[in-house]
Amino acid sequence: MEQAELRQWEYKCIQEESPRCTAACPLHVDARECCSLLAARRVDKAWAVLAKTMPLPGVLARICDAPCKAACLRKDKGGSIEMGALERFLADAAQSPKPPRPLPRNGKSVAVIGGTMTGLCAAWEIARKGFAVTVYCTRPDVGVVLPDGVLDGELAVMDRMGVTIERDAALTPELVEAQLEGRDAVFIDSDGVPETMLTFGEPDEITLGTNRLGLFVGRTGETSPVFMAAAGRRAANSILRFSQGVSMVKSRELEGPYETRLYTRLDKVDPVEPVPADGGYDEAGAVREAARCLKCECMECVKGCVYLKHYKQYPKVYIRQVYNNEAIVRGTRQANKLINSCMLCGLCGTVCPEDFAMDDVCLEARRRMIDKGTMPPSAHEFALRDMAFADGVKCALARHAPGATESEYVFFPGCQLTATDPGGAERAYADLRARLGKVGLILRCCGAPARWSGREALFEESLAELKAAWEGLGSPRIIAACPSCIKTLREAMPDAEIVSHWSILNALGLPETALRAGGTLAVNDPCAAREDGALRADVRGLLDALGVSMVEPEYNGELTQCCGYGGLLNEVDPELGQAAARARAEAVAEDYVTYCAMCREMIARTGKRTMHLYDLLYPGDGEPGARPTPGHSERRENRVRLRERLLRELWSEADGVSAEDFEKIRMTCTEAGAAAMEARRILTSDVQKVLLQAERSGRHLVHGETGRFLASFRPAVVTYWVEYESRDDGYLVHNAWCHRMKIKGGQP
Amino acid sequence: MSVITVPGTGAGGWRCAACDEDMVMKPVELTYLNSQFTVELPVCPQCGYVLIPEHLALGKMYQVEQLLEDK
Ligand code: SF4
Ligand code: SF4
Ligand code: SF4
Ligand SMILES: [Zn+2]
Repeated sequence: MEQAELRQWEYKCIQEESPRCTAACPLHVDARECCSLLAARRVDKAWAVLAKTMPLPGVLARICDAPCKAACLRKDKGGSIEMGALERFLADAAQSPKPPRPLPRNGKSVAVIGGTMTGLCAAWEIARKGFAVTVYCTRPDVGVVLPDGVLDGELAVMDRMGVTIERDAALTPELVEAQLEGRDAVFIDSDGVPETMLTFGEPDEITLGTNRLGLFVGRTGETSPVFMAAAGRRAANSILRFSQGVSMVKSRELEGPYETRLYTRLDKVDPVEPVPADGGYDEAGAVREAARCLKCECMECVKGCVYLKHYKQYPKVYIRQVYNNEAIVRGTRQANKLINSCMLCGLCGTVCPEDFAMDDVCLEARRRMIDKGTMPPSAHEFALRDMAFADGVKCALARHAPGATESEYVFFPGCQLTATDPGGAERAYADLRARLGKVGLILRCCGAPARWSGREALFEESLAELKAAWEGLGSPRIIAACPSCIKTLREAMPDAEIVSHWSILNALGLPETALRAGGTLAVNDPCAAREDGALRADVRGLLDALGVSMVEPEYNGELTQCCGYGGLLNEVDPELGQAAARARAEAVAEDYVTYCAMCREMIARTGKRTMHLYDLLYPGDGEPGARPTPGHSERRENRVRLRERLLRELWSEADGVSAEDFEKIRMTCTEAGAAAMEARRILTSDVQKVLLQAERSGRHLVHGETGRFLASFRPAVVTYWVEYESRDDGYLVHNAWCHRMKIKGGQP
Repeated sequence: MSVITVPGTGAGGWRCAACDEDMVMKPVELTYLNSQFTVELPVCPQCGYVLIPEHLALGKMYQVEQLLEDK
């Protein structure tokens, strides 16, 4: 990623923009943080937030006219936060923190002429920057009567900061001339000096500079205490720039109030009236009022995505991690997992006010990792092996309808449906043939796993095979049922007409087999259907025809959430994938119906009753929601057997694939053995290969007590270990484990 | 190269069936992604069959694999 691209993405995410209170405050006091601490009864800490930003905080906090109130986002939800009253409570109740430590003395000195709030604040701010400051005034006067000792207390702090106050000074034009002569810069607090001294014209709005070099002047007539303080700070900033000889005007847009880009959603916020502030707050009142603060932030994307939540930050932070990850030449790439865990579901970009698409960021990053060879080898391997298997000789198939020599349509059930519900896929195909006639069949994968893993070359390879099969059938219209297949193929095969099975069924009417059981079901939209309103409507049309009353989860339709399988999350971080599935499962009380085979599996595996629409349209024997969720090996077998059966029954062909030797190994597993294999993604075929190897070589271990055997084999890049017993009718597998490290020169 | 020993790694009752020998602890070279380690592991003294116990494969070894993949 280029740095310019990083900057563009960073700019898009507005989560770090200031809340409206801070943006409207000319001093940019962090009212949000202050309220947050006060709401947690951390009175001293809340005060420290104010004291850090305000000059003469003991004074200013008691007299601030709170322009933040007019901007506060709470305004239309009960009323703005009473920030002024909260500041007064804190000024009275809190222990003062240590006064600010000025920067080391820079050896320069400044005169401030005039002692109102503006002049005093200017002196405070100039002193903080390391200048020696002398204030010439009649007497310090902030214009209001304060409790005894408050002003003197702050003046004492200023004294320690290096500010000298000359009281009863003769405020004359000669004083100005003398100071300009002897100092590095002079600031005139124009409301604190006689009018006769104001002979320098209107100062510049941004710099407060005049046509006399080194002379800065406050504008007259300012009555708001906080704007007076802000004028003092502006003067201090100008004097620092002036003394350093840098630009007087560059990048000063954020001094003083500005418009913030922060977005905060309000539709779920209930209105709450302010706690009445007359007579000032006691602690309980102040805490309650502070708790009304909305702690304005965006986080829209994070709220809806378990993945974004899991990594504890938000896209502006993540994009930098992605960028840094790429820049690493030697050392650990900490963000690989972050990049590989996005479900690529597109929800974030849909809810983000600035269209920040984390999926684009992560997919691009994966592609670059593939190009550079930095993708962790194990990340997507299992899914890609499964895809290769689905596209391999044992599963893939392309035929015209039995007896036909051409195809008007071709049915493409996809590799997940055939793996999880081969019977449903078979019945669907029979129905399509019965009602549409010349419907061919293509069994294979659409290539989505290759695409999700960032392997475009592999995707193109798989696509080329699919295209060849399709063209071999005369390029018929493709009927696809899986929303991911539909989306992937529509993007990748613009020449093909891809129609969804659901729209065909809407036109044809329900199949004879349909279960019109009615009842109430929650509809789960798969993330691949996010941008396909027609698809979602077709599904609802069918459910309506089935007599189902539908319930919609909060996140659904355009705003649906991924089940945890998308982007191969469940391969990369199974725990997080399951968390996504659980979030989906817990979103509704009703049973689910969905129309993506993976959504069905992921959600059903959490224990939530979930059916695929095929379970209602093309039901098998069991109860629709109770269909089991097959394990990794069984999913493969389902595909193989479906192909064999269809070839035999529809086309009277043998499958033409001779069984490999390892497939003849007969084995069963104990419950523990099967569970270990499933959790560790070890397939029956992997175990069979180990057993065959042990049988042939005679090399294996034996346990001194249990008499069980243990053997290993490394068919490709993973070494598998199997603990087993030999029985008359084959082997009984008790346990299995695997590793990727290779034993040098060791057993095969 | 120094030999790594992983506490708790032993033959756990396994012996070589082909040679009828008890396993002995010996340095074994393991490789992954251009990295090489010498680890003390149970080995058949006669035929050299190496045992990678379950807890090692799923524990320390897995951690190191993941670390190397991110390098
Ligand atoms: S929705 Fe997310 S990415 Fe977009 S601005 Fe908000 S926090 Fe940033
Ligand atoms: S609700 Fe709180 S954070 Fe938001 S603008 Fe008001 S004071 Fe600031
Ligand atoms: S999983 Fe979906 S919502 Fe979350 S970051 Fe990725 S694309 Fe966005
Ligand atoms: Zn041996």
